[in-house]
Amino acid sequence: MNYVIIGNSTAAVGTIAGIREIDSVGKITVISDEKYHTYSRPLISYWLEGKVSDKNIYYREPDFYEKNGVETILGKKATKIETEKKCVVLDDGLSVPYDKLMVATGSKPFVPPMKGLEKVNYHTFMTFDSVKAIRSEIKKGMKVLIIGAGLIGLKAAEALSVYETDITVIDLADRILPSILDVKAGIKMQSHIENHGVKFILKTSVEEFSEHSAKLQNGMTVDFDMLIVAVGVRPNTELVSDAGGKVERGIITDMTQKTSLDDIYSAGDCTVSYDSSADTNRILAILPNAYLQGETAGRNMAGRENYYLNAIPMNAIGLFGLHIISAGDYNGEEYVTETENTYKKLVFRDNKLKGYILMGDVERAGIYTGMIKEGIEIDDVNEELLKQKPQMMMFSKERREEKLGGIIR
Amino acid sequence: MKRVYVNEDWCLACHLCEYYCAAANSGAPNMIKAFKTEGKKPLPRIKVEEGNEVNFAVQCRHCEAKPCVKGCISGALSVKDGVVSVDETRCVGCYTCVLSCPYGCIVIDEEGHRIQKCDLCVKNHNGEPACVQGCPNRAIVFEER
Repeated sequence: MNYVIIGNSTAAVGTIAGIREIDSVGKITVISDEKYHTYSRPLISYWLEGKVSDKNIYYREPDFYEKNGVETILGKKATKIETEKKCVVLDDGLSVPYDKLMVATGSKPFVPPMKGLEKVNYHTFMTFDSVKAIRSEIKKGMKVLIIGAGLIGLKAAEALSVYETDITVIDLADRILPSILDVKAGIKMQSHIENHGVKFILKTSVEEFSEHSAKLQNGMTVDFDMLIVAVGVRPNTELVSDAGGKVERGIITDMTQKTSLDDIYSAGDCTVSYDSSADTNRILAILPNAYLQGETAGRNMAGRENYYLNAIPMNAIGLFGLHIISAGDYNGEEYVTETENTYKKLVFRDNKLKGYILMGDVERAGIYTGMIKEGIEIDDVNEELLKQKPQMMMFSKERREEKLGGIIR
Repeated sequence: MKRVYVNEDWCLACHLCEYYCAAANSGAPNMIKAFKTEGKKPLPRIKVEEGNEVNFAVQCRHCEAKPCVKGCISGALSVKDGVVSVDETRCVGCYTCVLSCPYGCIVIDEEGHRIQKCDLCVKNHNGEPACVQGCPNRAIVFEER
């Protein structure tokens, strides 16, 4: 069997693991337009901050490809999938034939049209190269303007704060991390970050850029030495849509991660997932999801049918030392407790835990995540203990025995 | 593979397993040095839950699903011979594994800004699980099931 993987990040590594569980001899070729050994995208902010070395930004050990019998074609872009001939065409004209193909192309930074932006030497915050460029330009005392108060923009702010820069973040939304947190947690996190010297200007956007300043819709003007655009990301779906595959906001797959095209699979941030906590399809651009989708796809590509189920949104966020863990869907009956330094929200619906936010005290949060994923009914646990904190004590003795005893899943 | 199991009918909630675990993983040669030496406070990777009727200790199940390893953003968590362990030099303390572990068995090391977890004592001088050796009521066993 001849496997080809377009992409070299989390979903690709998951795919390799899935294939090698079953097929130890088939040929695997990884194609990526980035020249690096597989590295961790979320670590780029830690690298910029100086917390992660050049050696440790890599997602897998240096001998990973060798150990897994993977050939790499790095620094070349896949431009076309020819489904009739079953091959991938590269930007240098080379054709790479496949029996089974994985499209793990991830996403790209979304840069909305903004007046005057062409005058600015701006950065995005997505790849190793993008943070290398920032690192080569950043200097102590610089004024940095970040467009976007989502996770990427805020991780950029955290990393750049170590360079003693003057940071301003603007966002069209009325709060930070709007797609991950509720209003209250967003406000608490915002004030925590403000205490570390980062300024926020919310509910506004840029009317017009000049080379070193931005005139905002609200009348303010912000001067900057460096501009980072972190508004959001868009899935890289073109290879599949151009080949005639089904694409909506992202690439559409079935539960085996196969696209609508024969022998072509897809995984990671470029795909649409089924969110079982909200019973809806959405893009779940989170690293664990990419790995698990890739692994599922890899097994199927190698001939063992299996399904990827129970995907839910979930995030572990640490910013300036404050940690938030959240998962699931926030529509339902709420149970909220808070202290000066902590915030907890549990959301119940249909007699189940559907979502939660833990801020400050995040210990053992995964027990809640597990409850959401497994769809355990509230009647089957001790509700008082559930609300108190994540603990195995809330389960019945039988379920605990199943979880902790001889039966290993 | 052999794993650590707890018989909750026999657990006295004495917390000795936590002390033995913390000491074994502190790098100190014995319990007294582990807890008396200045510096980092030893952290247990096993946790005793106490209830009105039952008590039990919980530690990493080294489960088949391994959501912590598969969700690890840095590649710090890995599996060798079924044992899940963390490379502390590569952990960045993002706590994605805390979010992912359905047993609540990833321990937050706040001081170190990273995580710790049970590795069945394969990496320390103890050689076999210290919690099992230290349990006075044999409520914790290390066996194949």
